[in-house]
Amino acid sequence: MKIALCIKQVPDTTDIRWTEQNTIQREGVESVINPYDVYALELALKLKSQIENTQITVFTMGPNQAESMLRKTLALGCDNAVLISDRKFAGADTYATGLTISRAIRTALPDFDLIICGQFAVDGDTAQTGPNIANFLEIPQVTYVDEFVKYEDGKIVLNRVMEDGIETVSLELPGLICVMTQNFEPSRVKIGGVIAASKKEIKVLSMEDIGLAPEQVGLKGSPTYVSKAFRNLSTHNAEKFELSVDDSVNLLKDRLTSLGVLKND
Amino acid sequence: MTNGENSGILIYAQITRENYIHTVFFELVDKAKELAEKLGGVDVNAVIFTTPNLIDNYKEAFRNRGVNKVFYFEDEEFKTYSTDFYAKSIVDLVGVIKPEILLIGATNQGRDLAPRVASALHAGLTADCTGLDINEKGLLAATRPTFGGQLMATILSKANPQMATVRPNVFKVTRDDSYVDTEFVSCPVNISYLKKKVELLEFKKTVESVINELDSAEIIVAGGRGLKNKEGFELLQKFAGKIGGTVAASRVAVEMGLAPVSIQVGQTGKTVSPKVYIACGISGAIQHTIGITDSKHIIAINNDPEAPIFEIADTGIVGDFFEIVPKYLEL
Repeated sequence: MKIALCIKQVPDTTDIRWTEQNTIQREGVESVINPYDVYALELALKLKSQIENTQITVFTMGPNQAESMLRKTLALGCDNAVLISDRKFAGADTYATGLTISRAIRTALPDFDLIICGQFAVDGDTAQTGPNIANFLEIPQVTYVDEFVKYEDGKIVLNRVMEDGIETVSLELPGLICVMTQNFEPSRVKIGGVIAASKKEIKVLSMEDIGLAPEQVGLKGSPTYVSKAFRNLSTHNAEKFELSVDDSVNLLKDRLTSLGVLKND
Repeated sequence: MTNGENSGILIYAQITRENYIHTVFFELVDKAKELAEKLGGVDVNAVIFTTPNLIDNYKEAFRNRGVNKVFYFEDEEFKTYSTDFYAKSIVDLVGVIKPEILLIGATNQGRDLAPRVASALHAGLTADCTGLDINEKGLLAATRPTFGGQLMATILSKANPQMATVRPNVFKVTRDDSYVDTEFVSCPVNISYLKKKVELLEFKKTVESVINELDSAEIIVAGGRGLKNKEGFELLQKFAGKIGGTVAASRVAVEMGLAPVSIQVGQTGKTVSPKVYIACGISGAIQHTIGITDSKHIIAINNDPEAPIFEIADTGIVGDFFEIVPKYLEL
């Protein structure tokens, strides 16, 4: 099975710093692999361990510094890595991003069987790029994937989490899945893996390489644009009390009573 | 079907597994009515998929909520949701009626469907909006949280339809019923040449109904990692029972197996807006607090004085849940 794994490097959202103008400080902020893409990576590695002749090619779109993340996925057992990188990609929304990644997959891995993405990225949280890639490649998709069940006859069977329960679905390949959760023990990098990974070449694809024109990529190729961005300041009046247990109990009682919350005995 | 340039606002009416219209549709209708007025009184229309002869079951609901036109697709295939079939049909419909705005509820199904429709139409789509408005140029200004809720962005689209998804319970049903004589338009189903590539093999129900008590709860008592074990959640249940509250959980508590995913609140769970939200043993990671900031009053009980929950809790009580709550219950 030929797997295209799509991952993204995101700023660590637990460590956001603000400038005086209330814009996000991007310099010096730690970048991490998007947590949901870790689930996607683990699922890809699981498929590789269970399905014979499986090869994983990792794709990411971003600046050169994303290379270190790609090296790590190679050290964990992925086979090839592709960095889709071009200054002209800047400002891409999910539509332009989906188009760009779909073209890169078509260029570097035209005979893919399965594309695996994380359900969403924690910076943008749109959950749109995966389905967009599927649309541009005209393949079926399954989102909110929780678990791999089995693979047979060119179809992959998966469990997906819906609001009211678990759906078991079969997906005819080639297809795309977005991974929401996965019960797994995180893979560990092996020393041998690191050495092998450092020797591998990472393929870099530019806009020309994937056959797109300037008006199809980046901000120009995006049907949406941000007209305004502003800091979301809490409207809650934070009052913190460090009291004895008895005083805490009384405080809780008083607050609940004044809020009209009554205790029924 | 009627042909029209820029004909109003179209809303996707999701039918649940139990065959009723998902509540998020009605929330979107009321918001769309507001937007329609700002656009000079354009129509608010719906698109719905049903199996043959089921459309009659829904007609009264559309009329009562003042939906002007309902475009319906009927086919045995629509018994279960299919990304490809639904997306293709909506794309066809949009090509004919040319709505200015297309709104979809950000349920799992809606978030599966919307990007497929948007990219096929080369349309702009803004996900999980918390605010929708019409700007001075008559464009849809869609505001949404990014970076885990710390940054708000207002996003505009360059072309029609301008698309947005909105989570359930973000907007409220605000109007009284406003009966109109809704026009029901049967749409040609044009999917026969498409092969079904995703098959639903089995469904295991884990939640009684998608109508979740948390949506309408006035008092929510939520537990997190600090509750440690089943006993902690039993105490939380007891606390909630005593004050007429509904129990919720953080993602960590769900991952620890202490609570079902159906009561998870936050970025990957539900958005809630009760009068009182009591967070017990919840550290307050942004992924959680993004789902609770619309609560009127937040009370936090946590033994870590540095926990970020105290930055947004109206009343922050630094202390041990296992000491404070049993004493409160004994009062």
